[in-house]
Amino acid sequence: MSITEVQFQATAVEDAPAEAIEGRSQWALTWRRLRSDKVAIASIIIILAICAFALCAPLIAAITGHAEYQAFPNSGTDSFGQPVGPGVHGFPIGTDQIGRDLLVRIAYGAQISLFVGLVTTVVAAIFGVSIGLIAGYFGGWVDTVLARIIDAVLAFPFIVLALALAAVLSPSLGIVIGVITFFSWAGISRIVRGQTLSLKEKEYIESARSLGAGPWRIMFIDILPNLLGPVLVLATLYIPTAVSFEATLSFLGIGIPPPAPSWGNILAEAQDHYQTAWWYVVFPAAVLLITTLAFNLLGDGVRDAIDPRTERIFAGGRTAARKRNKKNKRSSPKAGTSTGEG
Amino acid sequence: MNQRPGSAGPRAAAKFPGGGPEPLVFDAPAEPEPGGDVLIRADGITKHFPVYGSGLIRRKVALVQAVDGVSLSIRRGQTLGLVGETGCGKSTLARCIAGLIPVTAGKVYFEGHDITNLPRRTMQPYRREIQMIFQDPYGSLNPRRRVGSIIGDPFAVHNTATGNERKKAVQDLMARVGLNPEHYNRFPAEFSGGQRQRIGVARALALRPKLIICDEPVSALDVSIQAQVLNLLADLQADFGLSYLFIAHDLEVVRHVSESVTVMYLGRIAEQGPSDQVYGHSRHPYTAALLSAAPAADPDAAAQRQRIILTGDVPSPINPPAGCRFHPRCPKAQNHCTTNEPPLETKAGDPPSHRTACHYPVQQGETLARSGRREPR
Repeated sequence: MSITEVQFQATAVEDAPAEAIEGRSQWALTWRRLRSDKVAIASIIIILAICAFALCAPLIAAITGHAEYQAFPNSGTDSFGQPVGPGVHGFPIGTDQIGRDLLVRIAYGAQISLFVGLVTTVVAAIFGVSIGLIAGYFGGWVDTVLARIIDAVLAFPFIVLALALAAVLSPSLGIVIGVITFFSWAGISRIVRGQTLSLKEKEYIESARSLGAGPWRIMFIDILPNLLGPVLVLATLYIPTAVSFEATLSFLGIGIPPPAPSWGNILAEAQDHYQTAWWYVVFPAAVLLITTLAFNLLGDGVRDAIDPRTERIFAGGRTAARKRNKKNKRSSPKAGTSTGEG
Repeated sequence: MNQRPGSAGPRAAAKFPGGGPEPLVFDAPAEPEPGGDVLIRADGITKHFPVYGSGLIRRKVALVQAVDGVSLSIRRGQTLGLVGETGCGKSTLARCIAGLIPVTAGKVYFEGHDITNLPRRTMQPYRREIQMIFQDPYGSLNPRRRVGSIIGDPFAVHNTATGNERKKAVQDLMARVGLNPEHYNRFPAEFSGGQRQRIGVARALALRPKLIICDEPVSALDVSIQAQVLNLLADLQADFGLSYLFIAHDLEVVRHVSESVTVMYLGRIAEQGPSDQVYGHSRHPYTAALLSAAPAADPDAAAQRQRIILTGDVPSPINPPAGCRFHPRCPKAQNHCTTNEPPLETKAGDPPSHRTACHYPVQQGETLARSGRREPR
């Protein structure tokens, strides 16, 4: 076979599908799969609605005429000094124990809760990915040291640390973000490290090295794009964890300091009044639950969309997988973890 | 040159196990090349991989002797074929020569410069001259990156072209290797195996290297595609004066492309020399056995020839046989072979470039086939 002949053939073959096949990126395919997932789309809508709710907090305050910190001792509490229920005296979902509008407080609390959830997840993801990449790529003693640190952080009883910190420092938003980030990065690091360990043995990494690419270029240009899928799934599942973590800390009195509202400290204040004022507990708990659930379900959907192979394992198909995911809501971050490693 | 005193360490240690002062000769410029047009010369390359035990204190429990004292040289514009069974150290040798893994002992000279175990930054100018094409067209391209950025990688790493200039260079390369430059923005998954291997070729070609190490570049391809890629490689060699180190386990492919051939067995060279010599007058029983096992295109010829059946498997490189490493499977092995390692030397009647490591080389017309072990029709 002569060379001209070969080239002619090659061009002929490659020309044919040029019009027929349109190049689709991995992300475009992922988005197509995600779009067909009704639960994921519903979760996205709910999450967007909650974000809109948080952003519209000043608007809600303006409409109701009740400011964030404004107490209404006359109209907001009844003659016994107890909170008033939904609809009474123009409070859509009632008031808290000193007569502040619960709806306005939950809306402003959403700002803080979502802010904490997003910021801690982003910071933890950046930090966790970097540490995991470095540990996995360099290996050797670097890996030994970093992997032990990761293990130590994962083994640390976080409530104890949070209580200790609260005893030493006065609670603040910064400390809350710091504590949650500190306990979140390690899980991401461990997944990223494992993935990096397997990715760095790929031939394309060797080819990058043969071109003369340095370790940082290989880590962030060659390996990182292959990690974005698992990291995205993990991050989606870490947001609700961080939101409930913040609520836990605030509930224990070591989170967002009152009078600034967060879902956690609203719930903490509500625990003395739940027998007389059901709305005081139910509404903040409900938004917390719905937010967490929506993020978790979205995370599951993203995972299925990024790695369609996981779906085939559940022979029952989508519905069976959905039911399982719903039932295992609390354990879904772990499910995401195992997929990430797979 | 960039030679560091420390880089001579492993070799000196291996050569002079008794210790003592290192001879200063290692800091002298590399010795002059015989023939002058030798592009790359590997001298006594040895690569041992330690095997660590499990447990808290990871002791070194064994040593995989992947490559053991292999020397070869490639002339400018020529192709050296490297053949051998799976696991005989071909790829390890290639990675040692390319500087991807540090060698345990031995030296690599590129155009007379010692490039053995250079640190990454010092190695950088040589990386531009030595490129690799990998075996697996699926594994060697990053699935998350677009073809344009994969082929443009060498330019990015070496900062030689940016922006539109780089895009233009990449599209020229794509056209040169028979890809449609319009497919610049596609992902590797959208190409066939042969096309992917062309992407790999384009990437290796980007910096206009002098040597391309082809690590089984066609093993994963269909026969018809193999021919296309081989012709492309031959074409590029003619155009750019490239030298190839061509690794394969397909003897016919190697015969087709190489001027000279090196046959490896278990980390050592069994036989090396010009292709026609090694193929026409094999002196090592292993080469003879390999050649007799290769399928022939002509069924009549295949029926007539005698097939040498080797018994047993390739021994483990962790604990290679003493003496000649091939002796447990060799039809001609004698007691002498089990204790004495045969030197790689020119046998009587061969040209000086044809060297064989065997105490009892195959004579012209000698039959090695064991009785009753003819190839079934």
